[in-house]
Amino acid sequence: MNIVVCIKQVPGTTRVEIDEKTGVLKRDGVESKLNPYDLFALECGVRLKQQYGGSVTAITMGPPQCENAIREAFMMGVDAGAILSDRRFGGADVLATSRTIAQGIRKLGPFDLVICGKQTTDGDTAQVGAELAEFLGIPHVANICRIIEMRDGAMILERDMPGAIVTESVRIPCLIAVDKDICQPRLPSYKLKKATAKREIRWLSLDDLDDRDPLHYGLNGSPTQVKRIFPPDHSREQVVLRGGAELGDRLFDELRDKKFLQEF
Amino acid sequence: MAEIIIHPEKISDFAAARALCPFGAIGEKNGVLEITAACRGCRLCVKKGPAGAFEFVDDTPRPEIDKSRWRGIAVVAEAFGGKLHPVTLELLGKARELAASIRQQVTAVVIGYRMEEAAATLAEYGADRVVVYDDPALEFFRIEPYTAMLEDFIRREQPAAVLVGGTPAGRSLAPRCAARFRTGLTADCTVLGIQPNTDLDQIRPAYGGNIMAHINTPRNRPQFATVRYKIFPIPPRGRNAGVEIVRPPIPAGGLASKIEVLKVVEKPPAAMLEDAEVIVAAGRGVQKKEDLAMLRELADLLGGKLAGSRPLAEAGWVSQTHQIGLSGRTVKPRLIITCGISGAIQFVAGMKNSDYVVAINRDADAPIFKVAHLALVGDLYAIVPRLLERIREVKP
Repeated sequence: MNIVVCIKQVPGTTRVEIDEKTGVLKRDGVESKLNPYDLFALECGVRLKQQYGGSVTAITMGPPQCENAIREAFMMGVDAGAILSDRRFGGADVLATSRTIAQGIRKLGPFDLVICGKQTTDGDTAQVGAELAEFLGIPHVANICRIIEMRDGAMILERDMPGAIVTESVRIPCLIAVDKDICQPRLPSYKLKKATAKREIRWLSLDDLDDRDPLHYGLNGSPTQVKRIFPPDHSREQVVLRGGAELGDRLFDELRDKKFLQEF
Repeated sequence: MAEIIIHPEKISDFAAARALCPFGAIGEKNGVLEITAACRGCRLCVKKGPAGAFEFVDDTPRPEIDKSRWRGIAVVAEAFGGKLHPVTLELLGKARELAASIRQQVTAVVIGYRMEEAAATLAEYGADRVVVYDDPALEFFRIEPYTAMLEDFIRREQPAAVLVGGTPAGRSLAPRCAARFRTGLTADCTVLGIQPNTDLDQIRPAYGGNIMAHINTPRNRPQFATVRYKIFPIPPRGRNAGVEIVRPPIPAGGLASKIEVLKVVEKPPAAMLEDAEVIVAAGRGVQKKEDLAMLRELADLLGGKLAGSRPLAEAGWVSQTHQIGLSGRTVKPRLIITCGISGAIQFVAGMKNSDYVVAINRDADAPIFKVAHLALVGDLYAIVPRLLERIREVKP
């Protein structure tokens, strides 16, 4: 089974603040790390390979320093890595990102399964997987909480839906997005770190892809535009009230306004 | 090509210029500044950098779409077993508001099996038109048939904007369909507005809620936005007189799927206190064990759980598994209402990260008030019965 795992390098912390005066984002410790949700996707990929044979390739898109994410994937037992890196990929929204990754995956050769994590910690959209599957023309299933087995050319999976666990069979090739805690990701192995330190990574720029129209990538290929970014309103001041039964009315209003009474 | 061009002659301090970028996308190579692939296109460098140092240029002639051909706000209803998810009604309320400001229509689309009742309800909550795709093969959410139906709907109706609930199904369907139309999708919007030219103003949190982003989709239609449950209020129920219910034919081949639903096992309601979204916590201010019934009723009405402070657990009034605090459970519900709890440090440690804390206590100096967002200084025996009365009025 040929497995592709999509990973991303994210800022080491989400504790960013915006300087109210200048509007500039302040980030403490600009260090980057592998998106924590991707560890579960990598672990699933490596386990499936161990069970069914084949190989696992990690693919990422980003600036050159995202090589670290691929190196970390190697330390978990991933066989090969590819990086989509090109200045012209910069400024990509969900659509342009998915399109770019789909183009990259096509260059890697035939695959049976693409695994994504639940979401990233910086963008938080959890929507690249679905768009990627559309570009690849394969079915996708998200919220996977258990991979039962691969049988007769299909993955048998459990997905965690509100109110129910749904068992599904999905024919391969397909894309799955796995939940956090679907498994316990292994720690990076020092032995593998040594063994893979010089392993070659495949670098892909726009010129290496089948679709070389620069208007399909990065800022140019992104229908959504960020108009501005600003700090959230944290001004949740404390309200103190004294009284008798009328406070019950006040609390009712508060619960209604905060939509705690909308359960059906 | 749209890109950011650097004019280094206008920059005196390279380090300061590089620090402008929140994404570290201004690199330096052999003493020359460059924009790297990490650029997100936020253009903060253009706005905040030295005058003229960073220039955004876009000289690409792009086909302008005719926005007047894309009209109205569409809401994608979510229903399972014929029952609508409340997020759908919340979206209808918002869609109504947006549509009113541009004087256009709200259309709801519902995909599923046995959707007559759901369609009627949509009409009562503000849809001008309801489009129904009803087929046994649509009983369970499977991505390919659902995308095919939504695609058919969009081609027929040409809505300016499509609002989808940020539920697991919606978060699969919206991006899949947005990619099919090669258009923009903004996830988890918390604020939505609309301009006269039907451009949606979408505001969403990023970086775990530490920054907010205002996003537009100026050149593509339809504009997709997802909104999570309980962001917008449910509008009042109205009458459905004159609402048109349309049942287009199922598009050819639209039901094909490589996914087969083998089994659906309903989950028991959250058994663990830690999983409860709402908690009513009782403390020593509760005089008799029987009085807990009142608080349990409140918890039930709010879809939550009853918990207690340590003295109540020690007295056996609540079980050990429902004790909050250092020696009990640590909870982080969306709402916690503490009743007659003074707020010893051990208790507060177990609940202080809750999203919204309401504290009811007679003692104005009780430490619990330090962590309360809403501090009600008064008698729980007066406040809670009145609250219950009011909630019962609206909850049949």
